[in-house]
Amino acid sequence: MMKKLKSKYVEEYVMRSLMILATLLVLVFVASIIWTIFSKGIRSLSWDLVTRLPGKDWNTAPDGGFLNAILGSLMIVLPASVIGAAVSIPVVFYMTMYKRRTSRLSYMARLAYDVLYGIPSIVYGAFAFTIMVMVGMRASVLGGILVTTLLIIPIMIRSGDEIAKTVPDEIVEAAYSLGATKWETLKVVLRQILPGMVTAFLLAVGKAIGDAASVMFTAGFSDQLARSLSDPSATLPLAIFNWITMPDPFPERAYAAALVLTIIVLLLSLTSRIITRRITKNNL
Amino acid sequence: MEDNTAKSVPLIVEHLNLSIEGQPILKDVNLTFPNNKITCIVGPSGCGKSTLLKTLNRLHETTDYLEVEGRVTIDGQDIIQARDTELIELRRRIGLVPQKPCPLPMSIYDNVAYGCRIHGMHRRKKEMSQTVERYLTEVGLWDEVKDRLNAPANRLSIGQQQRLCLARSLAVEPDFILADEATSALDPVSSRTIENLFVKLKEKYSIIMVTHTLPQALRIADYAVFLYLGEVIESGDATEVFNNPKEELTRKYLQGAFS
Repeated sequence: MMKKLKSKYVEEYVMRSLMILATLLVLVFVASIIWTIFSKGIRSLSWDLVTRLPGKDWNTAPDGGFLNAILGSLMIVLPASVIGAAVSIPVVFYMTMYKRRTSRLSYMARLAYDVLYGIPSIVYGAFAFTIMVMVGMRASVLGGILVTTLLIIPIMIRSGDEIAKTVPDEIVEAAYSLGATKWETLKVVLRQILPGMVTAFLLAVGKAIGDAASVMFTAGFSDQLARSLSDPSATLPLAIFNWITMPDPFPERAYAAALVLTIIVLLLSLTSRIITRRITKNNL
Repeated sequence: MEDNTAKSVPLIVEHLNLSIEGQPILKDVNLTFPNNKITCIVGPSGCGKSTLLKTLNRLHETTDYLEVEGRVTIDGQDIIQARDTELIELRRRIGLVPQKPCPLPMSIYDNVAYGCRIHGMHRRKKEMSQTVERYLTEVGLWDEVKDRLNAPANRLSIGQQQRLCLARSLAVEPDFILADEATSALDPVSSRTIENLFVKLKEKYSIIMVTHTLPQALRIADYAVFLYLGEVIESGDATEVFNNPKEELTRKYLQGAFS
């Protein structure tokens, strides 16, 4: 009896230690990534770097800044997020409200988005590039927007769907039993899941803005600011990718760009937290 | 205050058959629910009580692979076959108090006002405030919440939430109130509060409740329905059904031979 009891304690102790160890490991990862980027990035980051375009000799010497990449990334990701959300939100709602979970259409839809979700971004890039070549389009902001939208949609739908599943049936039944239509019920449900949706969507945006592979062939590169949708444009992840493999002192710029990218993503998740908190607080 | 005591609105179930994935859940159910009485549906777990309740305002629709035949009529209008536009009005007339209290994700005030708003009732602000106060008073919640009407409803205690759900259903002026084990998640005191409310409310509404606890049914039922394996074994005046059951199965159930 005592022996059995003791082995239980040992088991509990070992399992708990493992969990703590794993958690610490993750924290160490996060801390070392942030530490590397900040310590290396902050040294080379300057006001000029983020406010100026590349100089004439950007290709051979650290000349000018990388404003083109910062704005390029934003120019591609912001419209892509808006279009992505505009497509994903109705799909999520449709799958949750208008079709039963077991209906064939929503089953197929879920399967499709699972597959899309798992496709590597380089494949999206290659696919979009093929299409662009077929229609005679060259690497441009528009191409970048399109492929980034493709990349964002499955992420948004998957996470939106997961969140929509957490809505208790009772809320839906309560609204129905008061005589609410499906659309009115949806609005009630939306209040419940909005914080989660906002977080999920901003995470998708964060993932998209950091992706180099998808924009590599589709948005191209330019040392200038894109003046129209058909101009090619630099992006932050690609700038990092280029600089990090070049001889010194270029990798320093890569770290500076990585720092800027990290700050943008951190700001995004911070904003999502603030929005979420505010929404939950007022409960709309 | 308007008085609808005299109003007689029949809610009738005729030849109701329901199956889920081919498995029959309700078999040829025929019932007429009396007005201004508390009807208790009793029976062992899994006998179809909750499903029967759900068909009364067509909430069974959310279940997959479900087939239903027969009629459920309120005031002569069939709920099962109703078009979406009619269904809205029919559902308004049949309120629901859920098993687990479930406030809508909004303020206490809005929870009560919500139903009225979607039906376009009480468009004036003052009128709406009076309505909210009236129904919160009716469920005995007004004094407890009058200073924090704008607080989120989910901050209330479970017992208060359940009374709020009741107020929410009452606000759209239904004829019937369905309660699916409405007290099972509550502590004994809150549970008794809800029971007493039902007894008070039956003057104006007809109440149909599903209950697991036989003592509760014995305390408050006027009319009783005993359901066993999807069939109505016995129904009638509660005192009759509980004290002088005609059927052997009912007697066994009441004696606690099975539950």
